[in-house]
Amino acid sequence: MSIEWYIVLSSLLFAVGATGILIRRSPMVILLCLELMLNAGNLALVAFSRMVGNQQGQVFAIVVMVIAACEVVIGLGLIVALFRRKLPLNVDDLRELRG
Amino acid sequence: MSATVWAWLVLLFPLLGSIVIGLSFKVVPAKAAGVIGTAAIALAFACGIGALISLLGESPEARHHASSLWDYASAAGLDIKLGIFVDPLSIFMVLIVTGVSTLIHLYSFGYMQSDEGYHRFFSYLNFFVFSMLLLVLAGNFVLLIVGWAFVGFASYALVSFWYRRTTATRAGMKAFVINVVGDIGLTLAAFLIFRELGTFEYSEVFAKAPHVFHTNEWSVTAICLLLLVGAFAKSAQLPFHTWLPDAMEGPTPVSSLIHAATMVTAGVYLIARTHVLFVLAPTAADIAAFVGLATLLVAGTIALVMTDLKRAIAYSTMSQIGYMIMGVSIGAYSAGMFHLMTHAFFKALLFMAAGSIIAAMANNQNIDDMKGFGKAMRFTSITMLCGGLALAAFPGTSGFFSKDEILAYATARGGMYEIFTVLGYFGALLTAIYTFRLIFRVLPGKPCAEAQELIDTGHVHHAHPFNPATGEEEDTDVGFPGADHHIAEQSWPMRVAMGVLAFLALFAGLVQVPGVDETITHFLDPVFADSPLAAIQPSVAASWAGLAIGAAISLAGIGIAYWLYIARPETPAALIRRFRPLHTFLVNKWYFDELIDILVVKPALAIGRFADRTFERFVVGGLITGTEDVVGGTGRIVRIVQSGFLRSYALLLVAGFAGLGLYFLLSST
Repeated sequence: MSIEWYIVLSSLLFAVGATGILIRRSPMVILLCLELMLNAGNLALVAFSRMVGNQQGQVFAIVVMVIAACEVVIGLGLIVALFRRKLPLNVDDLRELRG
Repeated sequence: MSATVWAWLVLLFPLLGSIVIGLSFKVVPAKAAGVIGTAAIALAFACGIGALISLLGESPEARHHASSLWDYASAAGLDIKLGIFVDPLSIFMVLIVTGVSTLIHLYSFGYMQSDEGYHRFFSYLNFFVFSMLLLVLAGNFVLLIVGWAFVGFASYALVSFWYRRTTATRAGMKAFVINVVGDIGLTLAAFLIFRELGTFEYSEVFAKAPHVFHTNEWSVTAICLLLLVGAFAKSAQLPFHTWLPDAMEGPTPVSSLIHAATMVTAGVYLIARTHVLFVLAPTAADIAAFVGLATLLVAGTIALVMTDLKRAIAYSTMSQIGYMIMGVSIGAYSAGMFHLMTHAFFKALLFMAAGSIIAAMANNQNIDDMKGFGKAMRFTSITMLCGGLALAAFPGTSGFFSKDEILAYATARGGMYEIFTVLGYFGALLTAIYTFRLIFRVLPGKPCAEAQELIDTGHVHHAHPFNPATGEEEDTDVGFPGADHHIAEQSWPMRVAMGVLAFLALFAGLVQVPGVDETITHFLDPVFADSPLAAIQPSVAASWAGLAIGAAISLAGIGIAYWLYIARPETPAALIRRFRPLHTFLVNKWYFDELIDILVVKPALAIGRFADRTFERFVVGGLITGTEDVVGGTGRIVRIVQSGFLRSYALLLVAGFAGLGLYFLLSST
């Protein structure tokens, strides 16, 4: 199977994630979409790694997973904090930092 | 003790007096402040005598000493010391300043008694004496400028001493501003001296000057002209004279001390002190002499028509200083200094007498309202007559010898300088007329209401003094002679002061009689020996001929005044009707105030208005508001982006990366 299919799938996943971030208002879903985008990147990295024939791309994929885990910790923490303070779970309403 | 130690003590006492009185006004009662002030000056006078004795003990050639306490600045060829210079000229001035000041302090002791600002007054007065002594004792031009500026400030503080009186504060400001113009001239002169000679010390400047400058070289002429600006502003010579008559708003002892006897003669002292430079710049010296001559004539004519008692005497002061400036400029140094001394005596006395009368008139200074004070105030009128005789150069009095000596010197110098003799004698005629105009209008005749009250009850009661210029009631809470201000001559300190000065006004001239003693010429001789002009001396016969002419002119002037104001009292009014335009011209003081207004004040105000309304608003303001608009506008535009919408940020981010990716894609193919 040629590399193109993997890349096409990865691009589609990335596009779905990006679109989700742009159109959804719930912070929870936005977080999920971010994960989707990161994993689209991981897919591409692993595919390229197989094509080239060494393990460097896979190492990068593992690093990205660690980052994704960190990000989820912070993101979920934020969401829990929002929930505890009874703030609306809607990113369009959370705009106190406007200029 | 050496002369310099005495001189330092002379400086110390008035400074101490000023500080002590100024700081202790809450603790020390008013009387004690007066005693401290007077004692401080009397001690300074005693130390002055000490310095004189110590100087006289030396040979005439060795009678100059410089002494310094410490260096202000010593770097790169510049050496400024806190130093004094003691020689016969400075000691002569010290004796006049401290001597007359002692008497005037004594007079103020009585005169200011009912004034609320008693401490303030004595503190200022002592400070003034200190500044004046600093001016005359300074050993270099820097310290001279310090003393010069201090004196200007003291004059300002004392002219506007009654600070609730609008006319007084305005007069104070006028005096200060014009004096500062003079300070600028003096400072520039000092700069030029330093540039040309590399030193500020008197002794070095005067030693180097003849070797560095050629006669009438532009630099030395410029220095002398700048010195003259300072001298003219301080000594109220044309065209810087307008502040002096206005300064009469201050208390009378101030007029007597500062604006007659001491401060205004600083210009004369300056010219005498820097005579070495003036000898090298004869053009500048001649300009000074002609300005002195013009001032003495202009002021003399104005004094003829002034109806304000103190202002008339002030114009007379200007006129007499004109004689002195003329004298020291043409080379009659000791004669000029002699006239300075006698003038200090009789003019201080005249002001004291005038103060007595003005106090009795509740600070009304208009001679039209005064009459018959001869009967009401015997002591004052006798002393005023003594002062008047000396001012009018009545034969035998002090003014007679001093004024004629200047004129005799002008004749002896000959040539163009005979103009000074002729016009000087004309000025002397004017002097005699205006002096006795004042005396004949104020002293004899049927007593006016105030004088009558004085005769009947022994004192005048003024419940509510008014400012005659504006009609406002005077504020007696912060210092103005109030209801219990009894007439002056009743208190003994004033009588003593006036008595001593009357004696000096009559007889001080006897120390310098041509061909008999000539004490002052001998004493000052070492100072002026280096000037080629000092060698010219009128012969004894010529001096006595001059004195004879002077006597005739003085008697003629007194006679004319008698004829005008006693024998035919209706004549002055007829003369005024006959020469209406001339009279208006003189009453308006030759329109000098208006001229200065048009030439200096109005343009300065116009420039100020332009700067305020046009330059500042449009240019300076435009720059600032323009910058502000640019920054603010940019901020407003950029703020739109900071919407706070998370998703719009994400869109920007995605669009940006997409754009970047597209760009690299396109550029790589």
